[in-house]
Amino acid sequence: MKEIRLHGRGGQGIVKSAEVIVYAAVQEGKFVACFPYFGFEKKGGPVSAFVRIDNKKIREKNQVYFPHCIIVLDPTIMGATDVFQGAREDCVLVINARSVDSLDIPDQITTITYIDATALSEELLGRKVPNTVMLGAYAKATGWTDVEKLAGRAGEIWGEKNRDAVLRGYSDVTVIRRGEV
Amino acid sequence: MEKLVVVDGNHAAALGALLCRPDVVAAYPITPQTPLVEHFTQYIADGALDCAILEPESEHSAMSILEGASLAGGRTFTATSSQGLALMYEPYFRASTMRLPIVMDIVNREMISPQTIWGGPQDSLSVRDAGWIQIYVEDNQEILDMNVQAFKIAEHKDVLLPVNICFDGFYLSHMTEGVLVCEQEKVDAFLPKYLPEHVKLDPERPMAVDPLTPGAYLQYYRELHMQAMDNAKKVIQQVNDEFAQLFGRSYGGLVDTYRLEDADYVLITMGSLTGTARVAVDYARQKGVKVGILKLRSIRPFPKELVQQYLKGRKAAGVVDRNVSFGWHCGITYLEVLSAMGGALNMPLLPFIGGLGGEDLTIELLAKAIDYIVAAGKGRYNTPQQAIWLVKGEEE
Repeated sequence: MKEIRLHGRGGQGIVKSAEVIVYAAVQEGKFVACFPYFGFEKKGGPVSAFVRIDNKKIREKNQVYFPHCIIVLDPTIMGATDVFQGAREDCVLVINARSVDSLDIPDQITTITYIDATALSEELLGRKVPNTVMLGAYAKATGWTDVEKLAGRAGEIWGEKNRDAVLRGYSDVTVIRRGEV
Repeated sequence: MEKLVVVDGNHAAALGALLCRPDVVAAYPITPQTPLVEHFTQYIADGALDCAILEPESEHSAMSILEGASLAGGRTFTATSSQGLALMYEPYFRASTMRLPIVMDIVNREMISPQTIWGGPQDSLSVRDAGWIQIYVEDNQEILDMNVQAFKIAEHKDVLLPVNICFDGFYLSHMTEGVLVCEQEKVDAFLPKYLPEHVKLDPERPMAVDPLTPGAYLQYYRELHMQAMDNAKKVIQQVNDEFAQLFGRSYGGLVDTYRLEDADYVLITMGSLTGTARVAVDYARQKGVKVGILKLRSIRPFPKELVQQYLKGRKAAGVVDRNVSFGWHCGITYLEVLSAMGGALNMPLLPFIGGLGGEDLTIELLAKAIDYIVAAGKGRYNTPQQAIWLVKGEEE
């Protein structure tokens, strides 16, 4: 089983992104489940979402504490939440950031992936909604979910521009694999 | 072939209700139930079904509308949560004592105060003695399937009682997963049109319903109501088996079990936390601990005989409650199990409380509960006078 934890703020489409991953993975014949944790439904509040992907039925109905992948839609959340908590060995980080130079990333995160999804979403969509760009980045970083299926679903929900945003996230993301030269 | 959709628990509930072709739906929005009614209403707006939708000014009115509609012969459905259910209490009781086969989903949410919107079955469990059938489910497929079964149970001539399908707020209402949608033709065959025979408001045949009734008659009605609850035990099982035959999915009926056959120790659960408990049991089994799960599905009627049967000969058991019974210092289903066992209880039975107000019940906390049960079975831990609280950060 792969466990994914997403961090962001209300209004950034974090819950919907998790649902798009679930939808895409179900189309691939996998068992998947996600659920969010948020406070009162309002824009700007911290939101987490938890996704599990497996080849058999998902039974767990609890939050993800030991993620194989951490997706950070809003780096400002890092002041309030320890997004790296419980990261497994060989964990994949996908972060919405221009650079990761100033971040103190724990050693067990061996794949570091970053993209300025806020700027790219503004360019592509005219709005600062980073979630679809981040879905593409996630697909590239992990290889766990087919990017075409993610893009297709994003297009169905939000229109063609968001479909393109997923694909741009996939093509434009920077991937650093620690331990490789 | 059944269609595979990707939906959250609220959406699964709406799809299940839709398959049953209700005539009237009246509901008032409340977190976390709101999307359920939104999804249902969207399907009606899109022309999926001819159904009257009413959005009255309160839950009290919503249930009152359904009572009128049910008395007029309609199949009726609604949903609510916590404070909404509290506001509905007066017509809630009347629905059952008038023997109206209304189906209402309760998207379980903790009761205030302090202010909370998150999950927990304190709302529905607190009204378990109001005469409704209450069934608690574990995942989204079970939500959809039980909404289909609920009408069949409610409308059965030996039952004629309203039914609550109860599922955890957020943990299920907002959890998205793949769900199979039963074929409409098969549901139509499984659940024929509702044709009331006992009571029906009809201008052609005027009838007075619910007049002022002296105690002797009221007592007789209560006796019949209790008998209907007893009948429901058999009907819930029959409907489960018939559904399983048609759709290939069985939930066990009044209870479900997991790795219980050879178990020395039993973890008794209800609702979505059962899924996490299954994982905790698998880990314990890997370490050689013979533990299994007894999952309570029907709380009203309470499966007393099955609880006795499944606990017989075990070394120890424990009940995990995501709710409290003030004044007893334990959870509500613990008391139910204790009552069911009565004089037959010859093992330690431990009360656990955790996961209140949407607090996460982790695999580690459920493993801790198993450890307590095993220790009690080995005589190293006595049955406490107060609940053992499962608190994150205190796993050791």
